[in-house]
Amino acid sequence: MSAEFAQDESRLLRVPPVLLAERDAGPASTAAELARLRVRPALRPGRWAASAVAGLVLAGVVWSLVTNDRWQWDVVATYLTWPSVVEGALTTVRLTVVSALVGFALGTVLALMRLSASPLLQAVSWAYTWVFRSVPVLLQLLLWYNLAYLYPTLSLGIPFGPQFLWFDTVGLIDKFWAAILGLGLSQAAYSAEIVRGGILSVDQGQHEAAASLGLPRRRQWTRIVLPQAMRSVVPTAVNEVIGLLKGSSIVYVLAYNELFYVVSIIYGRNGSQVVPLLVVASIWYLALTTLITVVQYYVERHYARGALRTLPPTPLQRLRRGFAAWWRAAGAPGAPGAARGAAR
Amino acid sequence: MSKGLIEVHGVHKTFGTVEALRGVDLTIRPGEVVAIVGPSGSGKSTLLRAVNHLEKVDRGFVAVDGELVGYARRGDVLRELPEKEVLRQRTRIGFVFQNFNLFPHLTVLENVTEAPVAALGRAPLEAEAEARELLDRVGLADKAGVRPRQLSGGQQQRVAIARALALRPSVLLFDEPTSALDPELVGEVLRVIKDLAGTGTTLVVVTHEIAFAREVADTVVFMDRGVVVEQGPPARVLEAPENPRTRAFLEKVL
Repeated sequence: MSAEFAQDESRLLRVPPVLLAERDAGPASTAAELARLRVRPALRPGRWAASAVAGLVLAGVVWSLVTNDRWQWDVVATYLTWPSVVEGALTTVRLTVVSALVGFALGTVLALMRLSASPLLQAVSWAYTWVFRSVPVLLQLLLWYNLAYLYPTLSLGIPFGPQFLWFDTVGLIDKFWAAILGLGLSQAAYSAEIVRGGILSVDQGQHEAAASLGLPRRRQWTRIVLPQAMRSVVPTAVNEVIGLLKGSSIVYVLAYNELFYVVSIIYGRNGSQVVPLLVVASIWYLALTTLITVVQYYVERHYARGALRTLPPTPLQRLRRGFAAWWRAAGAPGAPGAARGAAR
Repeated sequence: MSKGLIEVHGVHKTFGTVEALRGVDLTIRPGEVVAIVGPSGSGKSTLLRAVNHLEKVDRGFVAVDGELVGYARRGDVLRELPEKEVLRQRTRIGFVFQNFNLFPHLTVLENVTEAPVAALGRAPLEAEAEARELLDRVGLADKAGVRPRQLSGGQQQRVAIARALALRPSVLLFDEPTSALDPELVGEVLRVIKDLAGTGTTLVVVTHEIAFAREVADTVVFMDRGVVVEQGPPARVLEAPENPRTRAFLEKVL
């Protein structure tokens, strides 16, 4: 039996002659030999083919954009900075900012109501979300704009008691406020769920620690819980704001001067330039969304403090470091980068 | 009269169908160091959480320095206190959690100064100076500017102790302060707690560290199935337990 094992072992130890030659030179030389060898990356034909196809498609798109004169880039360029278009874009920004503020402020209140111990508050919050999520924004806008039909005057005072201030509804709810109510109130229904999700994502121990330290209730929320909830709220919230930015184009039904309405007025007047003007509006929406995305990056970074051990560098920092490395590699003599590099 | 008297009378607490506390009576003298030991599920943590009203009791009462925790007596009824009052009471009862529960988005220094400034209305600069002193006391003076996740578990728990001390509580409660730590980090936390013994603050420590209880505690309380089974000086409870349940538990853990 032991003889059998011995035989087996001898077979295992049989080594190809090439390696055997290296073994004779000793293991150290093998390691040195391997270290000297050149590394050749694996061939990835599939990846190359896919890249080639993508490159071709990209080239085709660019080519058609440049050569098809029906895009009328000269018209696009003219109207891109047209005063009424710029004004329309600013109006869109204003609508987005105000309705996002209304939406998230009210949404936070609704979220807290939903999480409260009072069944009535919970029910009201739930019903609000139910109604405002169910009715299309388009209908809501028109309803708010026609509020004066239902209530010709609005008053401020004690419910079922004396009233102190009266307003003419038509004067109070102009197109801007009808748009803000329509967009903001329905946004609140969505924001409420986002904020509630964020609050639920904060560890129970954080609530307990804040309570055991005797922090005032308000402070527990504003200083401890909500900042931590923001980490999971921000990405979805930005999604919502971008949706709001584009969704605000629906306000054109009120003939309100936001970006899309302005553009449609212009092409309505000069008939043949529909597409270039739609391109103008698209470019503006694209630019504004890009801006929001950049802001999002930094806001997310801000709320990631403490959640990550070390924050990754920002693209700018990365660029600067990359440049510094390149500068050093270029070996500019006497350059501060080179001197520092040498010192290390 | 020195502060830090804790009285627990006939406390019952049920979670769903589980009776966590079934009539607990306990008196802890000012400045006393008490270790509460017992098998898991015996109600130790629930009792500790009832003392600062993180857990509402179903029956019985808890009083700290003669003041009922969470309730006010009006004739024959106990009225639940408004939250504001409960929060005020808690500033005199420090609590250290098993999982530290430091605020991860705040720096170590901000963690320690938060409560003195926001709950007691102390001047920020004054609170900061005191916080630095406390951090020095737990050996973390150089970590004031970092955030909790950059620290080891033992360091985090020491910050949590400094945070609790910043309110200058008369009572300090520790809920298994070393259970979430790697073995080699347990010692540094226990040393800090040991240093607090004899400073006049009442310390109540729920712990599985029997050696620590023997060395530091004035009184060891053994709990099982929601009641206090046995209590007394460590020499008696840990070396010559009278109750068979205490004996069985100690045989298992020692």
